[in-house]
This record gives sequence, C-alpha cells and structure tokens, in this order.
Amino acid sequence: MSPTNLHMYALATPLIGAFAVMVLGRYSRRAVAPIVLGVLSFSFAAALTVFLQVLSGGGFRYVVGNWLAPYGIELSVDHLGSLMQVLVSGVALTASVSALKSVANDLQDRQHLFFTLYLILIAGLHGLVLTADAFNVYVLLEIASITAYGLIALGRGRAIVSSFNYVIMGSTGACFYLLGIGYLYILTGTLNMADLARIIPTLQSGPALATAFSFCIVGLWIKMAFFPLHVWLPNAYSDMPDGAAVLVAPLMTKVTIYLMIRFMFSIFSPAYEFIQHAGVQQIVVGMAALGIVCASAMALGQKNLRRMLTYLIIAEVGYMVGGVWLANTQGLTGAILHIVNDALMTLCLFLAVSAIASRAGALDFESLRGLFRRMPVTMAALVVAALSMIGVPPTCGFFSKWYLLLGGIQAGQWLYVGALIFSSLVNAVLFFRVIEIAYFRTPDEGAHGSGHEAVPIREAPAAMLQPLVAAAAALVVVGLATGPLVQHVIRFALPGGF
Amino acid sequence: MDAILTEIIAKYNYWIYVVLMMIGFYAMIGKNNLVKKLLGMNIFQTAIILMFISAGVKKGGLIPIIDKQAALEHGVNSALINNPVPHVLMLTAIVVSVSVTGVALALMQRIYRRYGTLEENEILEKMDR
Repeated sequence: MSPTNLHMYALATPLIGAFAVMVLGRYSRRAVAPIVLGVLSFSFAAALTVFLQVLSGGGFRYVVGNWLAPYGIELSVDHLGSLMQVLVSGVALTASVSALKSVANDLQDRQHLFFTLYLILIAGLHGLVLTADAFNVYVLLEIASITAYGLIALGRGRAIVSSFNYVIMGSTGACFYLLGIGYLYILTGTLNMADLARIIPTLQSGPALATAFSFCIVGLWIKMAFFPLHVWLPNAYSDMPDGAAVLVAPLMTKVTIYLMIRFMFSIFSPAYEFIQHAGVQQIVVGMAALGIVCASAMALGQKNLRRMLTYLIIAEVGYMVGGVWLANTQGLTGAILHIVNDALMTLCLFLAVSAIASRAGALDFESLRGLFRRMPVTMAALVVAALSMIGVPPTCGFFSKWYLLLGGIQAGQWLYVGALIFSSLVNAVLFFRVIEIAYFRTPDEGAHGSGHEAVPIREAPAAMLQPLVAAAAALVVVGLATGPLVQHVIRFALPGGF
Repeated sequence: MDAILTEIIAKYNYWIYVVLMMIGFYAMIGKNNLVKKLLGMNIFQTAIILMFISAGVKKGGLIPIIDKQAALEHGVNSALINNPVPHVLMLTAIVVSVSVTGVALALMQRIYRRYGTLEENEILEKMDR
C-alpha cells in the first residue's frame, strides 16, 4: 500500500465491503455493522490522508493499471477532488452510524441487502469525484443512480412509484449526458478530460460543440434536480427509508454539482462558457434565481418536515448552480464552499429527521408538538442546522451565502441576489414555524386542555444521536474554518482566467 | 429538394438515430403505461448506441485486429480499420442499460402487485385513496 494510491483504497474498500456484507450478512446479521463501519472508517482515514498529502504536496494525476492517458483511464487527485473525497467519505461514515440503527428497525432481515447497495453507492460517489475521464463519469453516475433507485424502492408508502419515476428521469439525464459525450468524442477523438480541454479550443465546429455542451449540461441538471427539471426529487427523497435518505440527500445532488464544475472548467473553459456564449450565463443565473424562489415557495406550502426539506434541497441546488454561473471568483468560491456546507447541513437535518421519526413516527408538523421537551438534544441539533440554513454566523451556511451574495452583487445579477435573500427569509419562516410548534405547543393541546404535566424525556437511541451531534458540531467547526478552507483548498480549485 | 434528399440518404444512419431518439423520448414522456415508458427508455438508449457505432464504422473498414509483424513492417493505415473505441464504450452502455431495465422491471413487478395495474393514472387514483 504505497502512499500514492491511497485514494484508490478509499474507493475500493466500500466496493469490496459491499460484497463482504452481501455474503457474510446472509449468515449472520451481526456481521453487517462491523463490516460497514470498518470499511467506511478506513475509507475516511485514507481520504483524509490523501487530502493532507495534497495540501502539502499539491495535486497529482493517477493512471489506473499503467495504461497511459489518453488511452487509459486517469484519475485526478487535486485539491477539489480530494476535498470532495473527504466530504463523501466523512458524510458516508457519519450517516452509516445512524443508518445501521434505523435500518435495523425498518427492514429487519434485509439489512445486508440494504448495505450492499449502500456501499456500492458510496464507491460510485468516490469514483465520480476522482475520475478524469468523461465516459467514466457516465458509468459511475449510473452506478450511483441505480443503487439509489434500489434504496428508494425500499422505502415506505408509494416509494416504488417514486423510484420508478426517478428511474425514467434519471435515465433520461444519463442518456443526454452520454449523447453529449458522443458528440464530444466524434469531434475530438478522445475522452480524457485534460486531452479534451487541450483539443476543444482548436476546434472550428461551433454548433456541434455547443450541442455537445448543452446535452451534457442538461443531463447533469436533470441528475441534480435543477429547477425546472426537479420534479422527480421531492417524492423520491421523501419516500426513501431514513437510512438511505441520510446518505443520498446530502451527497447525490452535491456530487453532481461538483461534476458540473468539473465539466465546465476541466473539459470546457471559462472563456468558452462566459465569453464566447455570453448570453447563456444570464439565462442560467435567471433560471437558478427562479428555481430558488419557486422551491422556497413550495417548501412553504408543505405540512410535513421531510417534504419541506426536499424542496429546500432544490432551492440549494439553485444557489450552487447560480453561484457557478456567476462567472466570478466570489461566486465560484461560494458555490464550492456551499457544496461542502450544504452536504453537512442536509446531513444534519436528515439525521435529525431520522432521529425524530424513530420516536415520534410521523413527521407532520402536528406530531412535532412538544418535541423540545421529549427530545432536547435532537431538537438542539435541528436548531443549529436551521440557523445554518438561514445563514446565521458562526454556522457555515452564513459564510458560503455571503460569498454567493458578494458574487451576485459583483456580477450585477440582482435577480439572483434577491432570490438568495428571499430564500433566507423563507428559511427563517419555515424553521421558526417548526421550532415554534416543537417548543411552545404541547402534545395534547386541545385534546385535553391541560398540557403542562412533566413530559418524560425520550431521546432517540445513542447510535442516532451521536452522528447527529457530530454533524451539528461540524456545521460550526466548518463555519469557523472557512478562512483556511478557502485559502488553502478552494483557491486552487478556481480555473485559470478567473 | 434533391440536395436535402442526398444529404439524408448519405447519412441515413444518423437520421435513423434522430428518429429513434424522438420516438423513445415521446414514449418516455407521453405514454401512460409504465411498460411503454420503459420501452421508450430502451429505444432512446438504442438510438444513442446506434449513433456511437455509426461514428466508429467506416465503409469497407476492417476489424481492428492487426497482424503485429505486418504492422511493424508497413505501419498501420488507420483509414482502413474500424474504430474499436465506440464499440467498446457501447458495450459498457449496453450493460448499464440492461441493469437499469432490470431494476425498472423489478420495480414494475412490485407496482403491479401492490396496485394491480400499470397505468399511471390508475396508480395515481389508487394512491390518493
């Protein structure tokens, strides 16, 4: 195990673990938890080591199996990629602690099957953040998506139908991406990202290249649920089993946004998107602004905590896509920072939802009454996440939103700036409504009239509480570490010409 | 008119790909029956496969298996040989498409068991109840 291929071990261990869980979990249910936790801890440690190496020694490119690029498949372990790998493995590890508990309750005998899919999904996400090959992205995207379809279908109620709709929409997205890659291959004869970036500026065929670009980007937008291509997300994400939601909700959309950044700046260049096709930027940022406003408004109309959060995810996708397309340093810094922050916020929120669901059952606002007395720690963590979503310092949500706002002002995109502020206000309304219900109303108010007798504390099980508290702490820690994060990591991720 | 016709006939495989893709896309979006939606998805994927393969094939091209001795002596004339890369890529794409179809069929089976129908509007009706 040489230090130069540790990132491969971070990717491979979940994949191997998936088969181990499949085989051993069949014989003993107790084998599942140690394998999952062991594999993911190793993966996290390896990713962290690689990240520290990249911080001190700079990024590098890695050739798989010694087939030299552009013929072989290359991985690029740079600042952004290794940051994402740490994020993916960290979120996966934290989520799995809670998932092990909730899945044991939800799907007694099928635990090992659940975690097989779960680990393959994580391996797919690791591959996505590392790969430097455009076609590889398609394959890994489908690995991640197909496992996600399976995980969603294990959920409650009409989860199967939601999952089927996701299959249709997700495959459309993947097909569009594949089509775009086909055009790119016909034009350039290569699939390696660095090679593509070298050849594309020399091409004369404008319309064909624009077709390739738009097919790929629309495909990615469908996958990340960018407004107005978001219709599959609310149902799919709210019907998932909680154990899957804590992994899929924080990571899938965020990794796809990372892929969009990769696609825009590692294959194409800022000059191509923002100077040669100057009008497009205006449209995309406008769409992002519209998406933020609409998704926030739809979140206002929900009566269920879980559904409300799914609409907020769509609004956050609008933040990040808009930030990337602002075409300035502040905007892109904010967008990358928000990928990290939003993954952590969504993780914290869905862990809290999972903890509440384990005790209160339903997640309608009505059943949240008096929850502060029964589950003080869970609700405290939920409040931290809510403050971060609203953007209150020192939680991390404030800093990325600040960068995005600065970027929007600098670019003169007032619609986007307005949408950001509107969405923050809506978040404040949404979360204070939840907090108000949980804090001031008592469970049997109206039913019996007297709701003031002492309510026993009935916290979620420790296995769900620990990751939740860790995620809430991470929100504050990452918020305080914003300066170094921007200076030492994100600064290197900005493409030339910014 | 003649110019357009020659253009279409000369590149007929690409036109077929466009038509197939539109048929598949229409079925995925416009059809009410889930099986038809899935078939539409398969047609869509097949269309893309056709496009890739078209890009790799040459008229009268040879298979890309080369005699090493001859290649070392005379060099390789790549204009005579089909490009293997799109074929290999599509092998992967076919695997992906088969797995997605498998997952979708399994889901459909469970939908049918629960709702007793595969018509989308009837499923939505039963869901509301």
